[in-house]
Amino acid sequence: MARRIVPSLMAGLLVVGLAATAVAQQAPAEAAAVQPIDYWSLLFVFVLSSFIGLGIIRRVSRLLHTPLMSITNAISAIAVVGSIIVTGAEYPTPIRIMGAVALFASMTNIVSGFLITDRMLKMFKTDHKQIEGGRS
Amino acid sequence: MIHGLVQFSYLIATGLFVFALHWMNTPATARRGVYAGVAAMVIAVAATWAQPEVVHHVWIILAILAGFAVGVPLSRVPLTAVPQRTALSHAFGGLAAGLVGTAKFYLWSSEGPENLTTFRMIAIITEIVLGYLTFTGSLMAAGKLQEVKWIPQRPVTYPLQNLSNMALLGIAAVAGIALTIAPTAAWAPKVFPVIIVLALLFGVLLIIPIGGADMPTVIAILNAYAGLSAVAMGFVLDNKLLITAGALDGSSGLILAIIMCKAMNRSFANVLFGAFGQVQQAKIGGEQKVYKAETIEGAAQVLEQANLVVIIPGYGMAVAQAQHKVRELYDQLKKRGITVKFAIHAVAGRMPGHMNVLLAEADIPYTDLMEMDDINPDMPQCDVALVVGANDVVNPAARYDKSSPIFGMPIIDADRARTIFAIKRSKKPGFAGIDNELYFSEKTWMLFGDAKNVIGELVKQLSGGSGLH
Repeated sequence: MARRIVPSLMAGLLVVGLAATAVAQQAPAEAAAVQPIDYWSLLFVFVLSSFIGLGIIRRVSRLLHTPLMSITNAISAIAVVGSIIVTGAEYPTPIRIMGAVALFASMTNIVSGFLITDRMLKMFKTDHKQIEGGRS
Repeated sequence: MIHGLVQFSYLIATGLFVFALHWMNTPATARRGVYAGVAAMVIAVAATWAQPEVVHHVWIILAILAGFAVGVPLSRVPLTAVPQRTALSHAFGGLAAGLVGTAKFYLWSSEGPENLTTFRMIAIITEIVLGYLTFTGSLMAAGKLQEVKWIPQRPVTYPLQNLSNMALLGIAAVAGIALTIAPTAAWAPKVFPVIIVLALLFGVLLIIPIGGADMPTVIAILNAYAGLSAVAMGFVLDNKLLITAGALDGSSGLILAIIMCKAMNRSFANVLFGAFGQVQQAKIGGEQKVYKAETIEGAAQVLEQANLVVIIPGYGMAVAQAQHKVRELYDQLKKRGITVKFAIHAVAGRMPGHMNVLLAEADIPYTDLMEMDDINPDMPQCDVALVVGANDVVNPAARYDKSSPIFGMPIIDADRARTIFAIKRSKKPGFAGIDNELYFSEKTWMLFGDAKNVIGELVKQLSGGSGLH
């Protein structure tokens, strides 16, 4: 039972931590043109989420390692977020072209990643019916 | 206000991603994970798009549509081609990271050099190096897996290979450090492409010396790189969602790579740098060994008498497209009350977990797919071990023969079963480079022929003969 709770707890902690930084970032006025990056909080987020990732992935069934790789592919295509800004903001055209290509590449990963993961997962059955049908 | 909402949406998306992966721990909840992932992605995209600085919408819509147009067909590939598809999507991920990093650098160096802080420059250099090397490296890997003609399948080696690769990386590192120190210098926009070219080249050079057997590990390592390049992008853009999602992907790739390495008894360094060009030497000399062949009828009779049958599939089964015939055999044996299990070695197939997916597609219940460590203790009680298209993973030489290239690799104990049937295409010994001692054991009987035909004949024999007994 404890093993089930721990990752959820860690996820909860991360969410709370991120919420705190999100709120904290609200506080300063948005006037400053160049906002200095708070690298330390970024590094904290990176290290903590890596630990959560290691904890969760280690418990993924070996049966599902191929779907796992497909779904993490789709998830890491979150680069789409950066590409949307680069494509859609008021930037010089060559920069926006690079953004559009990046957006296309990430979108391809999102679409094919999630679709193929679901397609593979649908195939995993315990198949009670067929086994019992065979025995009779 | 909008900034707060965007951050809040990212927060929800992060939570959903964590749960998506958490639900992958058992097939029963796994599909829920996909829905959580899709929901998170939709929220993240919508929140980003709603930001006021996004003013040009047409290009975004076009790029998204193009992504759908390519992504949907890519998700319908046959399951034997999933490794290539995965490698290709790592390439796309790397490309996206590289391009965004490049775009941001040129943007800031022309209109906002104060943004190019030391921290940002380190992040940008990391992002583009990882991104572009993942791009070309994964393309090479996909090409090798797809068996594209102009990409050599065999490991390509040349003298001083490691040294020249390291030198390339060293030049890129020096250029990167120079840029980090003086990101606004007049020469900076000219040095930047040098790093891009070096990273692209390094990706190719990293993969060409790696042979087919190591592909599962390489795919997993490239997966980790793609994730880390997304993390670096998060540092560049000051975006925590990118960091968390990238870190999840990176840790997944790392764990899978470690599992693959353990399953082959090799180290990371050994896969990437160590075994360059060690062509497996076939042992010359030794006494002439003979196979004992068995007929289909004989094999069917032995199978009928068994209580526990363990089928050991390898990628050869998928090449022969024999999965569905194997399923029919499974049904026939189950009908007689025989327990049938599948013993799956971690490196069976061409990417982590590949064999499970191939068998699941053939409608074999996943509850009968066993990991090596779970099935090995039962092997002495096993009446018949049926080897279909597997070779190295059942070779007992791995246990004691120090001269064997697979020495030390954990194997499925097929040789401890009471009877072993092995299906083999040709009688020629040394087909796969190394002789498999299992085939010459006194308990082993060979069934010669194409896996699909042999299993099909067995099924016919079992279904036809059942009325007479």
